[in-house]
Amino acid sequence: MWAELSRLLGKMAATMKNVEEIRSRVILGEFGVKNVHTSDFPGNYPGYDDTWDMQKFQKNFRIDVVHLDESSMEFDMVGIDAAIANAFRRILLAEVPTMAIEKVFIYNNTSIVQDEVLAHRLGLIPIRADPRLFEYRNAEQQLGASEIDTIQLQLKIKCSRNPRASKESSDPRELYLNHMVHIYWVPIGNQADVFADSSIGPVHDDILIAQLRPGQELDIVMHCVKGIGKDHAKFSPVATASYRLLPEITLLEQVEGEKAERLKRCFSRGVIDLEDVNGKKVAKVVNSRLDTCSREVLRHDDLKNVVKLGRVRDHFIFTVESTGILPPDVLVTEAIKVLMAKCQRFLNELDSTDMK
Amino acid sequence: MAGEGEKKPVLEMIQADGADEGCVTFVLHDEDHTLGNSLRYMIMKTLDVEFCGYTITHPSESKINFRIQTRGGLPASEPLRRGLNELTDVCQHVLNTFQARVNEFKEGQEQPME
Repeated sequence: MWAELSRLLGKMAATMKNVEEIRSRVILGEFGVKNVHTSDFPGNYPGYDDTWDMQKFQKNFRIDVVHLDESSMEFDMVGIDAAIANAFRRILLAEVPTMAIEKVFIYNNTSIVQDEVLAHRLGLIPIRADPRLFEYRNAEQQLGASEIDTIQLQLKIKCSRNPRASKESSDPRELYLNHMVHIYWVPIGNQADVFADSSIGPVHDDILIAQLRPGQELDIVMHCVKGIGKDHAKFSPVATASYRLLPEITLLEQVEGEKAERLKRCFSRGVIDLEDVNGKKVAKVVNSRLDTCSREVLRHDDLKNVVKLGRVRDHFIFTVESTGILPPDVLVTEAIKVLMAKCQRFLNELDSTDMK
Repeated sequence: MAGEGEKKPVLEMIQADGADEGCVTFVLHDEDHTLGNSLRYMIMKTLDVEFCGYTITHPSESKINFRIQTRGGLPASEPLRRGLNELTDVCQHVLNTFQARVNEFKEGQEQPME
């Protein structure tokens, strides 16, 4: 009887571990990926209280910043669900507003780049201006660019032959003057005082807009407005924003010798290390975060049963690369505020319909 | 309601005649998976909700149909309001934590240089 009871308890313990794994890990199998969806909703698992609890969330939630500089950042968000992490990612790509060139008034364009191609290229240039200090332009307001919603930029350049170049040179930089084109800012209204210290203009001043040859000129006035990436991709403030789940590699048995060497080669460098135990080389998982989850190990018949590959479902490694308009940590804060504003909009709407 | 013909609707409630207040489809305008999925997750975590789901009726129209069915006669706008409030609280907590950690990281970076 004791044997049966202990066997039953053993099976129950095994199922408990299995349930924990189903709830918290995505399993990478040979032919498919299992347990992808979040399933911890109240009522799904007997014995678990999955109702939303703010205290439990605050206790388990943490953020670790791994790398941060002016143009990119990498941070970990642990303890949050994929739905909300994805909402932040989508907002970073499409709903954080920036300023970009929208209207291009071409007074003279004798270059070989067509007007519309030139206008398209100008729109894609990232403009260094804090979008939080500007307002959206009203749709009805057709005439005039007011100082609160528009930035005016100008481009006026003419290419000429360099009289000081030597006879044989064929390098355009030496032969011609002004053959690569740059933009400068013309302040409207009181913008000159408001933005006296911050320089408004393109983020990078070496973006090639058009190439000119002697006799060609460009005379263009541009208006920048505030917009979001959902409208046009030129308004997107990130070069890219993405996340991945933390990989988890478990060795089910001890792997040693030549097999350990092959196991090490199946993963990205730095994931598996060989350590010396009793004179034999034994494989050990050192840093599973570096792995790119190529599942190469599952292609080898003798190695595929030794390893269990998975991903931790609530550990997100975010990478945000900014185009230079705003620093990446500011972008993430703005994205979170955009989500809060969306919720607030519907809360106000619910309250106003209730009061009627 | 004069003069409101120009105002675009933000949130509509569609309820079948004869059904109780617990089964309602909300139409949220100018929204997509960003708010839809995160709100669905928060509402599914509530106890009294029997069913919660959302669809985007057509990808060219930016609106979602958000359906909530509750148990026990609770009016469906209750879980919706609670879900929105909880999502706002989550965002606030994430924002505070993130800003604190970024400041810590920046201070940690400045110190070795001094």
